[in-house]
Amino acid sequence: MTQSTSRPDVLVIGAGIVGAACAYYCTAVGLRVVVVDRGGIGGGTTSACEGNILVSDKEPGPELDLALLSSRLWQEIGEDLGRSAIEYEAKGGVVVAGSRETAEGLRQLTAGQRTTGVDAVDIGADELFELEPNVTREAAGGAFYAQDAQVQPTLAAAQLLRRARLRGATVHVGTGVTGFVRDRRGAVTGVRTDSADVPVLHARWVVNAAGTWAGQLSELAGAPVPVLPRKGFILVTEPLPRVVRHKVYTAEYVANVASGDAGLETSVVVEGTRAGTVLIGASRERVGFDRSMSLPVLRRLAAQAIGLFPFLADISLLRCYLGFRPYCPDHLPVIGPDPRAPGLLHACGHEGAGIGLAAATGRLLAQHLSGDKPDLDLTPFRPDRFEEATP
Amino acid sequence: MTTSRAEQPVARYDIAVLGAGPAGLSAAVAAAAQGSRTVLIDAGARPGGQYWRHRDGDDGARHHGWSQFRRLQRESAAHHLLDHRFGHSIWHVERTEEGFTTHTTCDDAPRALRSRTVIVATGAYDRQLPFPGWTIPGVFTAGAVQALLKGQGVPAGKRIAVAGTGPFLLPVATGLAEAGATVVGVFEAGLPTAFARHPLAALRSLPKLAEGAGYLSTLRKHRVPYRTRTTVIAAHGTDAVTGATVARLDDRWRIVPGSARQIDCDTVAVGYGFTPQTEIPLQLGCEMARDADGSLVARVDSRQRGTADGVYVAGEACGVGGSQLAVIEGELAGLHASYATNGSLVDRRRLTRLLRRRAAQRSFAAAMHQAYPVPDGWQSWLDEDTTVCRCEEVTAGTVRRAVSDLGATDPRAVKLYARPGMGLCQGRVCGYATACLVARANGRQPTADDLRGMAARPVAQPLTLGALAAGGDDNSL
Ligand SMILES: Cc1cc2nc3c(=O)[nH]c(=O)nc-3n(C[C@H](O)[C@H](O)[C@H](O)COP(=O)(O)OP(=O)(O)OC[C@H]3O[C@@H](n4cnc5c(N)ncnc54)[C@H](O)[C@@H]3O)c2cc1C
Ligand SMILES: Cc1cc2nc3c(=O)[nH]c(=O)nc-3n(C[C@H](O)[C@H](O)[C@H](O)COP(=O)(O)OP(=O)(O)OC[C@H]3O[C@@H](n4cnc5c(N)ncnc54)[C@H](O)[C@@H]3O)c2cc1C
Repeated sequence: MTQSTSRPDVLVIGAGIVGAACAYYCTAVGLRVVVVDRGGIGGGTTSACEGNILVSDKEPGPELDLALLSSRLWQEIGEDLGRSAIEYEAKGGVVVAGSRETAEGLRQLTAGQRTTGVDAVDIGADELFELEPNVTREAAGGAFYAQDAQVQPTLAAAQLLRRARLRGATVHVGTGVTGFVRDRRGAVTGVRTDSADVPVLHARWVVNAAGTWAGQLSELAGAPVPVLPRKGFILVTEPLPRVVRHKVYTAEYVANVASGDAGLETSVVVEGTRAGTVLIGASRERVGFDRSMSLPVLRRLAAQAIGLFPFLADISLLRCYLGFRPYCPDHLPVIGPDPRAPGLLHACGHEGAGIGLAAATGRLLAQHLSGDKPDLDLTPFRPDRFEEATP
Repeated sequence: MTTSRAEQPVARYDIAVLGAGPAGLSAAVAAAAQGSRTVLIDAGARPGGQYWRHRDGDDGARHHGWSQFRRLQRESAAHHLLDHRFGHSIWHVERTEEGFTTHTTCDDAPRALRSRTVIVATGAYDRQLPFPGWTIPGVFTAGAVQALLKGQGVPAGKRIAVAGTGPFLLPVATGLAEAGATVVGVFEAGLPTAFARHPLAALRSLPKLAEGAGYLSTLRKHRVPYRTRTTVIAAHGTDAVTGATVARLDDRWRIVPGSARQIDCDTVAVGYGFTPQTEIPLQLGCEMARDADGSLVARVDSRQRGTADGVYVAGEACGVGGSQLAVIEGELAGLHASYATNGSLVDRRRLTRLLRRRAAQRSFAAAMHQAYPVPDGWQSWLDEDTTVCRCEEVTAGTVRRAVSDLGATDPRAVKLYARPGMGLCQGRVCGYATACLVARANGRQPTADDLRGMAARPVAQPLTLGALAAGGDDNSL
């Protein structure tokens, strides 16, 4: 076969979870795919997050629709690749309300979520303590979300790409995209790279899945989408027996996720992992790509985690890490073809939900490219929506 | 509200010396003598580090350079400008506007110490290589065996095999033999005759060579066999070591077919050189390099300055070279850091003498690294199911499959896919081996970046979340 010499159908920029999911779904429908990443597989923000696949933290709207689709698709991926191969765990989410008022607000949220198909159950304090025996006795109640799940994100990206490679995809790591190739009519037909091995790569379509750096690439392509970094820290404890059973967070978290505030916000999320370590996330700060450690942020996360699970005060912190969520001003991802640059598509800007939303993103793009009707309407995610917004 | 300049916190110390081994002790003494307000911080209960690890009331009989240690210890204890913080484990050093804040815990209580400069003298620990059976109780690092002997006066076992490479195996074996243990053999994987042929080393470091000859004659006296190009390639037993397999090696450390034989022992002490403790230079953004012995080290200039402003590095953290080099580098760092913070002048002749001695010690160290290389043939001793990371129970096969099946191109990716280095020790034990295995599976030599991927630790020592939450910057006692 002459596959390798002829032009591939799809060139994906970025081997994070989103690029990997695009490659997985595109190869599944028979498209020929090439993936390029300036680093390694899953080494970007995908390696600096918690791997939650959540429906619980979203209010009804297009993002929740995407999350619900994705939650189903991740189960399918779990069956296809093997749940343990990607450490898929349908652990369920528990949201804790600290006061009666918060519990009331939470009940309104769950009622709305239920109308869109979210499995959300309001629970009282007793049920909460049964689900999470070690949670603070100060809690007034909360909600249980059976659909919330978790994967090990870097491993999932590597496994998705492994399957894509078995279906004929090629992956070029250590290969940074430096520019776009356009034909006389302005259509994008390929990319230029910093690697002498593959200085130019041509393809019928180019997908911008460069995560937090997708904004920079979109500028290079002359079709800008505003993707910006929102910094977050995560604390990792020593390995423990199963003391935190679900993904547990405070009801204030939902408000923080949706917030556009530039200042520091911390609302703690606590969860166990298969390896026994407990992850404590996550802060949200808009400070550009500043990689420095911030002890006040770490202290706040620790204090909030202890507030939720008092036993954590005596548990050792082993390490911490940080990442930059790719966010857009309206907190929705960018998914679909860019009318300003024919041949270019975007799959980026998933902010703090890129792991969860990756499956649906890949599937919708593959459906679009293979001419099938996408499972969801892509209009809310269209790349040129920001230009309309600013007069 | 605005704070006036006068109200802003001023650095309490001119210099914080991190680590009180030979390098740190010597740095702190030199700095205080130059009029710098200095604080010397160490996790241990007393000064001395690895080399001068001792017990209360120790008479120094098992120590080299004990009089030098006593002198430094006396001077450091007596100087009014020098404060000590023993039992303080440093978990993070933060850069601030005025310099640095060193965050420690002492009995799990958070502490913070402010200084204008820092001298990092955190030393090194044993470099380990995995082999079948290395996780069985009774297999120790050479350093742990030495620490047990020096610190508590107990030999680690009754019948002990000492294996690995490098001159440090000799004092360990002699110490054990003198303490009454049966040393069934010293198995040196290298062929260190190359060392004797190194003219510079032989001329300039006669005392050191004499030290080595002394060890060998002690070993002969105790009838301890010394074998080169030979090592322990497997340990046997389940709950305890019941024996080991020893084999001859070729020059790339592949097993010579048919040379394996069983030996009877209850303890194996293994050491393949040292791994410098570089968390703090990494936290402070210092540039790193891969040294001649294959270790990641902080790069320093002729004044022991790291590449990050205000950071000095001395001793093993900037290159493994033994205690004499550490003492010299410490003194240089102390003098230069003092000049930078308070302008105190240094006698030129003293500097010249120190530089000359440092050059001699460094060429000696370079010759040693050349004489005791660690070629990657050790990887062929490993079975697919040999543990590489003991905390997370990751095998050599899993590490290799992360490369071949999942496409990992560097150790950090393997760590993320397969978890080596993610457990309690955070890659301190398996980091070097993992980096080598991954590099070779990718058909190349390990680089500084590979090593950094397993060595960067924003939290240098574990602390409880309670201590973290309670910490502040205003408790500098
Ligand atoms: C603290 C924190 C916690 C989080 N928790 C969760 C969570 O629990 N659940 C969840 O769903 N999401 C979570 N997220 C968000 C999630 O991590 C991201 O949304 C997701 O990883 C984005 O994936 P991606 O593939 O778009 O980006 P990335 O993983 O960053 O991949 C983009 C890739 O593009 C490459 N690239 C960039 N520029 C170029 C170029 N010029 N040429 C070639 N390649 C290039 C990069 O090297 C990178 O590998 C969290 C994020 C943070 C920071
Ligand atoms: C088994 C063995 C045998 C040796 N034999 C010889 C020999 O015969 N001849 C020779 O010349 N050399 C020998 N050495 C090497 C010698 O010990 C070192 O060269 C010397 O100790 C290096 O001095 P240093 O000050 O750089 O580090 P170290 O002596 O290791 O001191 C570092 C200090 O820093 C402290 N520290 C590190 N991190 C932290 C932290 N995060 N918080 C608080 N404190 C911290 C440690 O507690 C330690 O006290 C031997 C080493 C070993 C292990």
